[in-house]
Amino acid sequence: MKPTKTLLTAAALATAAGAVSAEEMTIVSWGGAYSKSQLKAYHEPYSEKSGITILNDDSSAEAVAKLRAMNEAGNITWDVVDVVAADAIRLCDEGLAMEIDPDTMLAPAPDGTSAADDFGDLLVSDCFIPQIVYSTTFGYRTDLVGDTPPSDVCAVFDLETYPGKRSLEKRAINNMEWALICDGVAKDDVYDVLATPEGQDQALAKLGTIKDNVVWWSAGADTPQLLADGEIIMGSTYNGRLFSVIEEQKQPVAMLWDAQIFDLDGWIIPAGLSEERQQRALDYIMFATDTQRLADQAKYISYGPARASSAPLVGQHADLGIDMAPHMPTDPENAKNTFLYNYEFWADYRDDIEAKFQAWLAQ
Amino acid sequence: MTDASQNAGPMLAADGTPLKQSLARSLRRQKLRALMLVAPLLLFVMFSFIVPIASMLFRSVENSMVSDTLPLTVEALQSWDSQSGELPDEAVYDAFVRDMVVAIDNKEHTRLGSRLNYEETGMSSLFRKSGRKLKKLDPETDGPFKEQLIEIHEGWGKPNTWAVIKTHSPAVTNGYFLNAVDMRRTPEGAQSQPEDKQILIKLFGRTLFMSLVITGACILLAYPVSYLLATLPMRVSNLLMILVLLPFWTSLLVRTSAWKVMLQQQGVINETLVWLGLVADDARLVIINNQIGTITAMTHILLPFMILPMYSVMQTIPPTYTRAAKSMGATNWTTFWRIYFPQSIPGIGAGSILVFILSIGYYITPEIVGGTKGVFISNRIAYHISSSLNWGLAAALGTILLGVVMLLYWVYDKIVGIDNVKLG
Repeated sequence: MKPTKTLLTAAALATAAGAVSAEEMTIVSWGGAYSKSQLKAYHEPYSEKSGITILNDDSSAEAVAKLRAMNEAGNITWDVVDVVAADAIRLCDEGLAMEIDPDTMLAPAPDGTSAADDFGDLLVSDCFIPQIVYSTTFGYRTDLVGDTPPSDVCAVFDLETYPGKRSLEKRAINNMEWALICDGVAKDDVYDVLATPEGQDQALAKLGTIKDNVVWWSAGADTPQLLADGEIIMGSTYNGRLFSVIEEQKQPVAMLWDAQIFDLDGWIIPAGLSEERQQRALDYIMFATDTQRLADQAKYISYGPARASSAPLVGQHADLGIDMAPHMPTDPENAKNTFLYNYEFWADYRDDIEAKFQAWLAQ
Repeated sequence: MTDASQNAGPMLAADGTPLKQSLARSLRRQKLRALMLVAPLLLFVMFSFIVPIASMLFRSVENSMVSDTLPLTVEALQSWDSQSGELPDEAVYDAFVRDMVVAIDNKEHTRLGSRLNYEETGMSSLFRKSGRKLKKLDPETDGPFKEQLIEIHEGWGKPNTWAVIKTHSPAVTNGYFLNAVDMRRTPEGAQSQPEDKQILIKLFGRTLFMSLVITGACILLAYPVSYLLATLPMRVSNLLMILVLLPFWTSLLVRTSAWKVMLQQQGVINETLVWLGLVADDARLVIINNQIGTITAMTHILLPFMILPMYSVMQTIPPTYTRAAKSMGATNWTTFWRIYFPQSIPGIGAGSILVFILSIGYYITPEIVGGTKGVFISNRIAYHISSSLNWGLAAALGTILLGVVMLLYWVYDKIVGIDNVKLG
């Protein structure tokens, strides 16, 4: 209903502006509640402002492979693509994403701070424009954990106190880090240990202690479903998914923010667009990643805006009317013990560790 | 006729040319016309099917990236013995810097890094990190480079780095195929992967085994259904047919997700069993996220592909044969086993080939209900296509899978005979 209306409005505006044919751009994202938040916070106001019709494509999960195929075919049909930071780095490495100059291509903060400073360390790749900070963390069933709800991530490995199934993502990333932390490795040493074969074996051995009690997920929606059905007593997933289970669906689930692993999601512009389309994509990016727009998105989904200047502007949820700040992964109360995904490490070790992890899973 | 037999020369057509020639010409014209008629379809199949598949298969041996990106280095490395344990000499470093300056300009060095990272962990960041500093070097004036490069990144001071580049420099490689069978290409020749990384052979075996089980389960379930469909009165059998076709028309994902609801531990089946008291509450059956889950869901999904060919074959078996057998004193079992069953075998054959070939390449159902023990080789192929971007390995796995299917088809032809397969 809503998208149709937007399209119509946009088309009407375009006609009013005297455009010969409605201009279009294709924006790729993850679908679901996340795409909806972008539609509300970015696409609708942008279409209204510029008269450009925005087409959505929910292909972010296969974005890297598809962009590579499009590049080889010499026909790139996407204008702006939403990807996680690790994928942005790979796209940049493969020469499939355009390099961005934050000072000229991104809007400065309202107080005049340059975009480069406003985003700070989150500009992890030359091609990446950060949008949100999300975290992968655990949720647990409040009615299944007994009188002592877990407060420590190592509860996941504690089968005696918390018997039952747990869900973990079917990949090495994040799980190996948690396993090492709970096996007594100091947080700062995790990646040094994980770089050695012994460290990898140590992490797998720790995961082995709960292997029989793990349901492995591959889609972000799996853990919320498993929690809602009572299949598992705790499980990892993206914090926004847990928010919707807890606050929107009112399930007896609570967040275990301990040792949440921060990750970034944001935009890239494919390399090799025509001058005109590139200009249009840059214009969209300039609009959609300014301070106010990033703060607006947090009205619809519980992911933290990537700009420092957006944080104070985060308000209430658009439908539920609750304050969003305490649900942000970056909220000081939630971020007492956090862990930052190490992009460089995983770019190098992903192929190797993932192969070992999958072989271990199949045993 | 009389003329021809009198002259004993070649038979002539009406216009005087030899009949054979004239016949060949008109046949050739006919053939050409037929070819023109099928040409659009032929071209379509060529370009939309054969060419893409061939190019995808070709990726399994194609490896021009190393020699294209580092042409001078590859040449300079020819004279270096990778097993000497010593670093290559200055000539290699000089060639490398020249290659890299061009590659960095074209933004190709990081691609090469990702490619080599499949073989040796750390190559990705080695190329990415070195890129920024290497860009500032001028190959003409800044030499010698050996010390400078090792200064930029210690990786360039390891003989192994150069050995990896040399090993993977040929434009055509067997490396991906070796990887696909849990081996790897090393400077010392093909070696097997370390034990903790071996998984693919096991997955191939599991895929074949489970596909066979699924095909067998489909035969057992589909045979009585098809028999009923073919023998019951039209009114009833039409209703049955709708029951077969309805799930067939439902989306694959919907059916797979429905199985999740059915099979999980808090799911319909377990709840019912617990309610009936057949299973204790704390000992609920584990029938999903393992092989049982995959076999159950895939058997259900592929069942129509078995029922339909069986049904259409059984429909053509004349009921008079069975009646005749019985009238001559055969028991029900003999009638079925000696008269009916042999005539229904072509249907079983067709259904089995369909189901087996479909299931060997199945991906989404094992991914959703298979957990870790119930996934197929296709899940690894999908991983390498969309996640690790190691398309060469994915292509090699795909080629092997295609080869296995063709081999089995050949074996089937030898044992059962492909003429013995009927779709209706």
